[in-house]
Amino acid sequence: MKLPKFLMIIGALLPLLLFVFPMWNISLQAPQYPIPLGINIFIDHIGEEQEGDIQNFDLMNHYVGMAKLPTNLKEFEIFPIVIVSISVLGLIFGFIGKRSLFMIWFVIMVILGSAGIYDFYLWLYDYGHNLDPRAAIQILDSYQPPILGTKEILNFTVRSYPSLGAILLGIGILLAPTAYYVSLKAERKAAN
Amino acid sequence: MKSISKIFIPIAILLLVFTFAGCGGNGGSNGSALNKSAAEKVFVAPGEHDEFYAFISGGFSGQLAVHGLPSGRLFKVIPVFSVDGEKAYGFNEETKPMLETSYGFVPWDDSHHPDLSQTNGEVDGRWCFINANNTPRIARISLKTFETEEIIEIPNSAGNHSSSFVTENTEYIVAGTRFSIPFPQRDMPIEDYKGNFKGAVSFIAVDQQTGHFNLDFQIMMPGFNYDLAHPGRGKSHGWMFFSTYNSEEASTLLEVNASQNDKDFIAAINWKKAQEYIAAGKFKTVKTNYAHNIYDESTHMATSKMVKEVKILDPTELPGLVYLLPTPKSPHGCDVDPSGEYIIGSGKLAAALTAHSFTKMLKAIEEEKFDGDAYGIPILEFDAVNAGTVVQPGLGPLHTEFDGKGYAYTTFFISSEVVKWQLGTWKVIDRKPTYYSVGHLMIPGGNSQKPFGKYLLAMNKITKDRYLPTGPEVCQSAQLYDISGEKMELLLDFPTIGEPHYAAGCPADLIKPNSQKIYRLEENNHPYVTKAEKDVKVVRKGKDVHIYMTMIRSHFAPDNIEGIKVGDKVYFHVTNLEQDYDVPHGIAMIGANTSELLIMPGQTETFIWEPKREGVWPFYCTDFCSALHQEMQGYIRVSARNANRPLKWSLDGE
Repeated sequence: MKLPKFLMIIGALLPLLLFVFPMWNISLQAPQYPIPLGINIFIDHIGEEQEGDIQNFDLMNHYVGMAKLPTNLKEFEIFPIVIVSISVLGLIFGFIGKRSLFMIWFVIMVILGSAGIYDFYLWLYDYGHNLDPRAAIQILDSYQPPILGTKEILNFTVRSYPSLGAILLGIGILLAPTAYYVSLKAERKAAN
Repeated sequence: MKSISKIFIPIAILLLVFTFAGCGGNGGSNGSALNKSAAEKVFVAPGEHDEFYAFISGGFSGQLAVHGLPSGRLFKVIPVFSVDGEKAYGFNEETKPMLETSYGFVPWDDSHHPDLSQTNGEVDGRWCFINANNTPRIARISLKTFETEEIIEIPNSAGNHSSSFVTENTEYIVAGTRFSIPFPQRDMPIEDYKGNFKGAVSFIAVDQQTGHFNLDFQIMMPGFNYDLAHPGRGKSHGWMFFSTYNSEEASTLLEVNASQNDKDFIAAINWKKAQEYIAAGKFKTVKTNYAHNIYDESTHMATSKMVKEVKILDPTELPGLVYLLPTPKSPHGCDVDPSGEYIIGSGKLAAALTAHSFTKMLKAIEEEKFDGDAYGIPILEFDAVNAGTVVQPGLGPLHTEFDGKGYAYTTFFISSEVVKWQLGTWKVIDRKPTYYSVGHLMIPGGNSQKPFGKYLLAMNKITKDRYLPTGPEVCQSAQLYDISGEKMELLLDFPTIGEPHYAAGCPADLIKPNSQKIYRLEENNHPYVTKAEKDVKVVRKGKDVHIYMTMIRSHFAPDNIEGIKVGDKVYFHVTNLEQDYDVPHGIAMIGANTSELLIMPGQTETFIWEPKREGVWPFYCTDFCSALHQEMQGYIRVSARNANRPLKWSLDGE
């Protein structure tokens, strides 16, 4: 198999690892929590770093009136279908092996990825702003975690970073233009 | 002029004396350079962990204290044989059965000798065992949860002192009786002690998976006092050595009458031979009655059952089971070196230490070098078993431990010191004072083939002026010595609970990684568990009312209850729904004739409240759990006996 084709197929397969590895990790560290509480966001559920962390996230957050972490987001149904679809599409494009298709897949992936991140932002915004007016502690207007990076919120240091699943997805997406470039270069070399 | 010199000269002499006395030093309290290095050696920086765990007996508190070494810091007092209102041990319905005995519920005891489980002669960090001296019992403490999981009563025994010592694969825990008593127990004249009283030594088998005890057999020994014991190890594995005193068999004024014989005995018991006799059916099954109490971690509940029989071996009829090694002057400590070759007898009224040789003992047995017998049990010739004597090491030797580098360390009660000497040459190497009148000493792993010879812990009987005074009853204390060099160095004094008798220690890394953080709620099989707030309820059965309650930061569910009546017996079955490390909640009810409950995450506990007056009565969380801990409370409405008020319960009006 030629290298560009191979790269494209690998790139199309990598998103499937999102079914195994989490996309994103959010952790809370505080003086009382030297071992941070951590949640792992998967495409179809929210997992926990250590046993009990989801309950402990919710317990911390209820003092400021935040809602519990969701168990049945619509995204948890949609994301797996989308991931499988784009992977299949990428594989088809890969086997066809036509260079322009690689770029089409890349553009689709960038659009879908951006939409996903925007959707994640909307959820984080709602999670941080939708506060119970009867909450015991009312100090800030928002407890929204950062979408990427580290933020001090009251006694907590909140860290939000991509996990292995998202990193592999990113590599997969970037393999498409790489395949395009390698193919182009090979063609020019052959032409010379 | 003459009169001035009359005053001046004595003052000058006095000053000189004080100056010299000041220079003499007393092992650590003077000399800035020494102080500094000692301080550095015991300093464990904030947030850092100690290198060793030390499990120190709580003596007449009946408990077991967990300290760190070298800092001496106290981490936890594990309730074992005495009730503890702080942890509701012996107060809540779950742990009351732990303190049941054939005499009924006993709320106190005197705990003496902790020992750690072993595998292949090395400390393995699974369990700690400790004996109750007064009402004879042995307990097993889990080193995963640091809770007492099992207590077995020892029948036919009294003053359970030569206990609880562990064999090299934790096959057995031994328990010997200090007091000999009539066997069978009966109404008889005390003066007829001799020949009629017997001393039982018990072998309690340990299940290697669950740790559960089984009193395998008892050996019914002559009516001496059985003081201490240690197991053979390596070449002497399969033997257990017990020190005895009062071989005179006196029953009154023992301080004189039990001190008449020039030599008492160390009894060498071949327990592998005992197992053969048991297998061959050479035992008598005797009717008895003793309690066996087990705490089940899954139901968070203890059960107590009475056992009615025990197998007895008679050493006077079973050759090869027991031999007596003559040992001078009422030996107290009976310690076996890491190689298993030397058995050290500390004749507490002698000015010498006696070391017996295991190899010589086997040879003497083979060549039948006997010097008479006691009730048919052969007494070996002293010279045929003696390996050597440490001459004039101090006064009142009590106990010996080993550093694994060929040296032994013995405590001397009367001369108040710890003495380092060499095995084989029997030469004294070093001595350091203790403050004051040391009893046991402990080197981590000291009762095993692999001691960790870095620190020595001396446990004192008297402290007098060593600490800030606290009235007539002053603090108990232990002292830490550095034994890594040729000379010992006193590093630290620190207070302990109760009277510290013996201790057991091991490297922290053996235990630390296994220490449990929470109890998993889904594995909670308590019959009255409530696993979610939606399942809370209050159920009436006649005068008994059962409240199925939960606690989580920062509220109880339910927190308002009505329909309770004067004269009801109200059971609070409270489950801590937390699954977070170090988030216990407590609960206490005004006027309840019991202790609080202190409930760990995932655990269920129960207390009983019998309301005596009408009114509205509060309860609250006793452990500062969260920022809204002071809000964690509730009310119970109590109505008259004849009131027609239905049960009603709620949280936030729901």
